[in-house]
Amino acid sequence: MWRQRHLTDGQEAGDEIMELLSLSAVELGRAIKEGRTTAVEAMETVLSKIEETERYLNCYITVDGASALERAREVQAQIEAGVLAGPLAGVPVAVKDNLCTKGMLTTCASRILGNFYPTYSAEAVTALEKAGAVLIGKTNMDEFAMGSTTETSAYGVTRNPHNREHVPGGSSGGSAAAVASGECFFALGSDTGGSVRQPASYCGVVGMKPTYGTVSRYGLVAYGSSLDQIGPLCKTVEDCAVILEAIATPDTKDSTQVARTDTDFTSALSEDVKGMRIGIPKAYLYGAANSGKTANRKKSEGNTDLKQEERGGDTRYMEQGDCESSSGEGLAWEVREAVLAAAQALRSQGALVEEFDMELVDYAIPAYYTIASAEASSNLERFDGIKYGFRAQAEGLHQMYKKTRSQGFGAEVKRRIMLGSFVLSSGYYDAYYLKALRVKAMIKKAFDRAFEKYDCIIGPAAPTTAPRLGESLADPIKMYLGDIYTISVNLAGLPAISVPCGTDGKGLPIGLQLIGDCYQEKKLLRAAYTYEQYKHQGETGSCKQEVK
Amino acid sequence: MAKEYEMVIGLEVHVELATRTKIFCGCSTVFGGRPNSHTCPVCTGMPGSLPVLNKKVLEYAVAVGLATNCRIAPYCKFDRKNYFYPDNPQNYQISQLYLPVCRNGYVEIEMDAGGADERKIRAQETAAYSQGDTEGARKACTRKVKRIGIHEIHMEEDAGKLLHDQRQDCTLVDYNRSGVPLIEIVSEPDMRSGEEVIAYLEKLRLIIQYLGASDCKLQEGSMRADVNISVREVGTETLGTRTEMKNLNSFRAITKAIEAERNRQIDLLEEGQTVVQETRRWDEAKELSYVMRSKEEAQDYRYFPDPDLAPVRISEAFLEEIRARQPEFCTEKRKRYGEEYDIPQYDIEIITNSKHMADIFEETVALGSQPKKVSNWLMVETLRLLKSREMDPEDIRFSPKHLAKLIDLTEKREINSTVAKEVFEIMFEEDIDPQRYVEEKGLKMVSDEGALRRVVEEVIAANPQSVQDYQSGKERALGFLVGQTMKAMKGKADPAGVGKLFKELL
Repeated sequence: MWRQRHLTDGQEAGDEIMELLSLSAVELGRAIKEGRTTAVEAMETVLSKIEETERYLNCYITVDGASALERAREVQAQIEAGVLAGPLAGVPVAVKDNLCTKGMLTTCASRILGNFYPTYSAEAVTALEKAGAVLIGKTNMDEFAMGSTTETSAYGVTRNPHNREHVPGGSSGGSAAAVASGECFFALGSDTGGSVRQPASYCGVVGMKPTYGTVSRYGLVAYGSSLDQIGPLCKTVEDCAVILEAIATPDTKDSTQVARTDTDFTSALSEDVKGMRIGIPKAYLYGAANSGKTANRKKSEGNTDLKQEERGGDTRYMEQGDCESSSGEGLAWEVREAVLAAAQALRSQGALVEEFDMELVDYAIPAYYTIASAEASSNLERFDGIKYGFRAQAEGLHQMYKKTRSQGFGAEVKRRIMLGSFVLSSGYYDAYYLKALRVKAMIKKAFDRAFEKYDCIIGPAAPTTAPRLGESLADPIKMYLGDIYTISVNLAGLPAISVPCGTDGKGLPIGLQLIGDCYQEKKLLRAAYTYEQYKHQGETGSCKQEVK
Repeated sequence: MAKEYEMVIGLEVHVELATRTKIFCGCSTVFGGRPNSHTCPVCTGMPGSLPVLNKKVLEYAVAVGLATNCRIAPYCKFDRKNYFYPDNPQNYQISQLYLPVCRNGYVEIEMDAGGADERKIRAQETAAYSQGDTEGARKACTRKVKRIGIHEIHMEEDAGKLLHDQRQDCTLVDYNRSGVPLIEIVSEPDMRSGEEVIAYLEKLRLIIQYLGASDCKLQEGSMRADVNISVREVGTETLGTRTEMKNLNSFRAITKAIEAERNRQIDLLEEGQTVVQETRRWDEAKELSYVMRSKEEAQDYRYFPDPDLAPVRISEAFLEEIRARQPEFCTEKRKRYGEEYDIPQYDIEIITNSKHMADIFEETVALGSQPKKVSNWLMVETLRLLKSREMDPEDIRFSPKHLAKLIDLTEKREINSTVAKEVFEIMFEEDIDPQRYVEEKGLKMVSDEGALRRVVEEVIAANPQSVQDYQSGKERALGFLVGQTMKAMKGKADPAGVGKLFKELL
């Protein structure tokens, strides 16, 4: 019905669609409030867009158009009655499929949850519903958020709206692609090692991972519990602040949540970076070898037992560590140029931007994969065919467990469960898991020292733009290495945001990552907002700065 | 010459805490209920659910730790114990391995030189007293106090229950018990006999019941003990290989199992074989144990800190709060009773053996009843009824107020002792108000002499033979006559008064 209306209205209606879809979440919310459009019309428009492009992109695992329209009508009535007045009232939202939604299929992109309908909604989803946002459906992702391309999904790959031969990134690839393509106005993702920021970078949208403990994890199907945070994927920094403000509500059901009184994130939306101290770690841009060897690197070279132990195991994992310490070396030159240009833009707005030698901690990637896989191996034990989800037919309990999990999980998930079980097993716990925790603590300390000097750190969100489909899965180690700029942030529990900062020669987006100290989201939002406005003015030709 | 062996025993005691809600969610812990009616996403391991520690569990664990002289950790954590089994909805149990809440404590048990348990000694002592044998009583008093070390106490969650449906040949799971809070008290291997084990368990039970932290019923599973046993030659310093005995549901089973395991291990050693480290299951009916799993078959639980639960910090202020709330424990109470009340030592032991009974005693005395009288009602009628109905003192339902009233009625000679016992039995069952009951049923003692005299005269007239017997010196005949009078008066007469009247008339 909704589609027919627009189709029969002809070309004019098509333009209207484009115009409506180009609005940010906050702009749409304002338009609804001012009566220029309605929640129902917005939802109809999004659904027609989904109808049009979803067959190419596959952003969603579930779209419930009927419920979405019904809810949009309810919300519209509440807006008109003055009950709902918030900035997100009536705005269609997509939610990553690892966030529980009451009565709506929640698969985590896995076969093992192919028939799972939760009895409750995740706290972040409930918070958005309270704010009047209307749920469209559930977005595609890497299975259980394990992957960087959305190719490990049991429900098909999602394609990058900027170039369908490329991946959207992952694991929140469906959310990022849906925002970028106009299949939603904003989305929620989860970020364990970069799963919000990296797809945001690949798809040319804004994505943020808040400080660990800011958003309740209740209802987020856990991957690496000590690293997981829910974050927004959206079109603008303003949207990001508004959404974060809506979902950072206190919740007693998550005991790792921190009681914060500074969640008025929208108050940070001002174009003002004068005097803000911004550091760019040289190693992020040129690699450790060229940035002058860091203190920590020397230290780790002397730390022979660590190396020997690594060599005693699978050498492929050792190589990771070696490559990681030369992070900047894998950086595409176009990404480097875009990041340097963004740094220059911030400098032009009055920020004190300088390159510095950050102590890079070796083995961040192996530490991350040790901790995340260990936690995942335990978190995913509950998927056993007993209580919910897929159950394989088999004789006896043991066989049922074995077949259910063998058939229910995909290859990447099984790889991480095995890795995680191994590092936790008796006799190896100290050598791997505890050692990884020590690396984690060292990373936090290195950031602590950097934040003594800088308000925020900037760099790329990913070393390259979106790879071609199939390219990464062939070489998982290479895929793991792509997480180099994002995972340390999760290990240190810090907030970070990715904002678009240009495109490469193929037109694929590049993301600028801004990293802040714990609870300093406002500084990040202010810097990101300033950069975004500056860039926007450059693109549209208006030059506010000169007017000033 | 035959070698002399000694046992080395350590215990792992699980105690179910008496909280209203579960350890990590708000579901009820009430026993029974339709299967899976006391469940939520947390205690059924739904994806995305998160545990939040029930503060009351921590309070109870710390209270038990303080009462058992433990060092309370200022910082403790929960760990996951990973193993697959359908009664465990997450396939990991949240427990504490690396940083438990309490460590390095002890309790004192009292044994005589021969190693008899506490109860036996008390009984000997009291028996000696009652026979006027002060020397015997003094001897029984010289008990040896022994300290049993407590290695640690940790908090953890209980699992659900599997039920096999015979008709449909399938297994069903009930998660009502899933997430019920437990503490595990791990002793040092300090016990050397079954008697010491029982004394230790009794001591723990008393402490925990006094705290109100659990009802500690072995039969119902709210207290469970796994026993680690090894034997060695007397004089040896090193420990022998131990086995762990499970499925011990009563003190009797524990005593039997220890004895059997001791003999089994000694026989093995005598035959030149070795004891294998393994977990064994006690079969109470057959009085035999079977191997459950050997050390080689032991699972790797892959313990690691639970990232979903924030570490617990225990402040000095929190500890002070718990300390201030600690009750007067059994040992202190016994000492005070001895000083304050003129009642036998044996009575004190029995009454204070249950916090509930001690509370009833003290409250009834506070209402003005004589301690000796209260003690008598508890020691004679209450114990008799408890025994006949197979109840524990904790199950007593009558209120101190009503017991005080009943004592008052007998003191004022408004009812005779036979009627009092009848009323008490009803009070024991239904906690009725004795005064109102006596009035409603018209059970008041008849003290009208005219009425009494008429009945006595009738009885004399109706029983000439007995009258004759009495008059010829047979005292027993008087008893019969009094009995006849009581019967005629439906038990409401004052037997002493009736006796006096007969003597007067005959």
